Amino acid sequence: MLKISNVETFYGKIQALRGVDLDVNDGEIVSLIGSNGAGKSTLLMTISGVNKAKKGNIVFNGENIENKQPHKIVDMGICQVPEGRRIFSRLTVEENLRLGAHANEKGKYFENDIKEVYDLFPVLSDRKTQRGGTLSGGEQQMLAIGRALMSKPKVLLLDEPSLGIAPKLVNQIFLSIKNINKEKNVTIFLVEQNAKKALELADRAYVLVNGKVTIKGSGQELLKNKDIQAAYLEGGAKN
Amino acid sequence: MEKKDIIQSFKDSLFTGLIALALFGPIVGLRTASKGEGLFITPQWGVVFLLVGLCILGRFLINLNSARKTEITFFSKFTSKFSAITEDKAKHFAITAILFAVVFPFLPFTDRYFMDVAIMILTYIMLGWGLNIVVGLAGLLDLGYVAFYAVGAYSYALIATTFGWSFWICLPLAGVFAAFFGILLGFPVLRLRGDYLAIVTLGFGEIIRIILINWYEVTNGPDGITGIPRPSFFGLPFKRSPDEGETSFHLFFNLEYSTMHRIIFLYYLILVLALITNYFTLKIRKLPVGRAWEALREDEIACKSLGVNPTNTKLTAFAIGAMFGGFAGSFFATRQAFISPESFTFIESAIIVAIVVLGGMGSQTGVVLASIFLIGITEMFRDLEQYRMIAFGGAMVLIMVFKPKGILANRKPTILMHGDKK
Repeated sequence: MLKISNVETFYGKIQALRGVDLDVNDGEIVSLIGSNGAGKSTLLMTISGVNKAKKGNIVFNGENIENKQPHKIVDMGICQVPEGRRIFSRLTVEENLRLGAHANEKGKYFENDIKEVYDLFPVLSDRKTQRGGTLSGGEQQMLAIGRALMSKPKVLLLDEPSLGIAPKLVNQIFLSIKNINKEKNVTIFLVEQNAKKALELADRAYVLVNGKVTIKGSGQELLKNKDIQAAYLEGGAKN
Repeated sequence: MEKKDIIQSFKDSLFTGLIALALFGPIVGLRTASKGEGLFITPQWGVVFLLVGLCILGRFLINLNSARKTEITFFSKFTSKFSAITEDKAKHFAITAILFAVVFPFLPFTDRYFMDVAIMILTYIMLGWGLNIVVGLAGLLDLGYVAFYAVGAYSYALIATTFGWSFWICLPLAGVFAAFFGILLGFPVLRLRGDYLAIVTLGFGEIIRIILINWYEVTNGPDGITGIPRPSFFGLPFKRSPDEGETSFHLFFNLEYSTMHRIIFLYYLILVLALITNYFTLKIRKLPVGRAWEALREDEIACKSLGVNPTNTKLTAFAIGAMFGGFAGSFFATRQAFISPESFTFIESAIIVAIVVLGGMGSQTGVVLASIFLIGITEMFRDLEQYRMIAFGGAMVLIMVFKPKGILANRKPTILMHGDKK
């Protein structure tokens, strides 16, 4: 469904991605783990078209998208929940959600879609007239995911949804990600530092080191991998 | 208050005095006067000491005010009056204000002078509301807004004098021209944000003015355009003795001829134009494009990730903001019947930006209050002639001291969905 081959991305002269190869198949949850600065967010931004790949191809449903503008890519069905949530803090919860529907045919199915988001995250429905900035971190993350779902994506790119969120809420958010995948049939590409959670959730996973994919396999395989345990699991996040 | 606080603030005010002395010394103290042959310097130290003394006293009072927990009565009265005007009460205020504006021309104390000032304030309110779309909603700081005002005024003047079309045809055309220029400015500045954007827009404002001065064949250069047709009351001109085959306003309605008719008509015209601007802004905020503007102001990357096209969104903001500037410009041209590049200097842009910022970014009612305050105060002190701008500056300082975020800083969320109460 989404095929990334040999992608290289630069920030000025600094090379962030050094030939990334990666596949995401229809209906899967694919996780990408890696340490700070490995290029995880860069890869997502490159898929979304915010950063442009200098080399390589990104093919989505048989169409090359590496040179498309970000809003065109969203129209095609790839929506990103950016790192740090990026809620419009002075707009209300419902306005935030409405903005998510921007790409979606002028919101024809708006009422229905918004109800689905509220069913998924009931707390948002209680707070729909509150400003985005007044929500807690976890609620903001739910809002960011809900907002992205409003565009009816085929693939949802999630950048560190557990960042700065209470552990209890992290579990809830990972559960909703699973629900979104199974019930709404949305393909998930998840980037995480919380490697254990990400691998447990994933059908398949990749490890990114210094802008290159070094290990790939099923989530369970990678959980058992000795190198990964040493580098990302035992020394790293333990929840 | 502690004794050492007083000493501290006294020291601080003396220091302020020193700065004031350094500034006023050469600027005010040394005055050149021509006597016989050549220029001579006449010192006027008395005035300098008066000004420096005022600065020290003012600074001392402000210090006292901020040092104390309970404010001095004068200041606290002043501030509480302003904080009483919250956005919640703004709605009642808006209705009262509109009603007042409608009956204003017929109040007993209203004379020609009041009407002129009111028309001027309304023009600035309209410009403020137009700029609010660009600055307040879309968050693009535009320091060259006067350029669109000028484009609107010149488009109207040129079309009206060349083709002799009526006001009601020229007005939308002028708006279209201004919107076109808005897009023209929009394209090169799409990639810019914040300070850089401000600098480029500032340059754009100057470019338009300089073109108007130098393109003599078309704009008549610094001499300006004269004889711009006055608007008619839907075909009825405001003339004492109409041309043959025409019926003038006072004859049609069987009134005594009075020059006030035209003034009152102009007043209602600008009132309606301004209210249309306001209504439009309030409505468009609830449409996808208006929401996209506000989202773009908040976070451009998040917008991109959600499929908002930032290019189109910014361009529409520029174009629509410019269009209303153009309408205001046409009105200005038809009211004055004469325009020249002198009316479109940077200070005009600065005043409009000041109105938007001091009103509280994005607040519609704030723009009204700031216009009345800034334009009204400058007008009240017209007798002071060249010192009038001091009153303007003083008004700005007062707002910044007491209401650093603008008169109406707390804007409510733009919409509450499905009629929800907050």
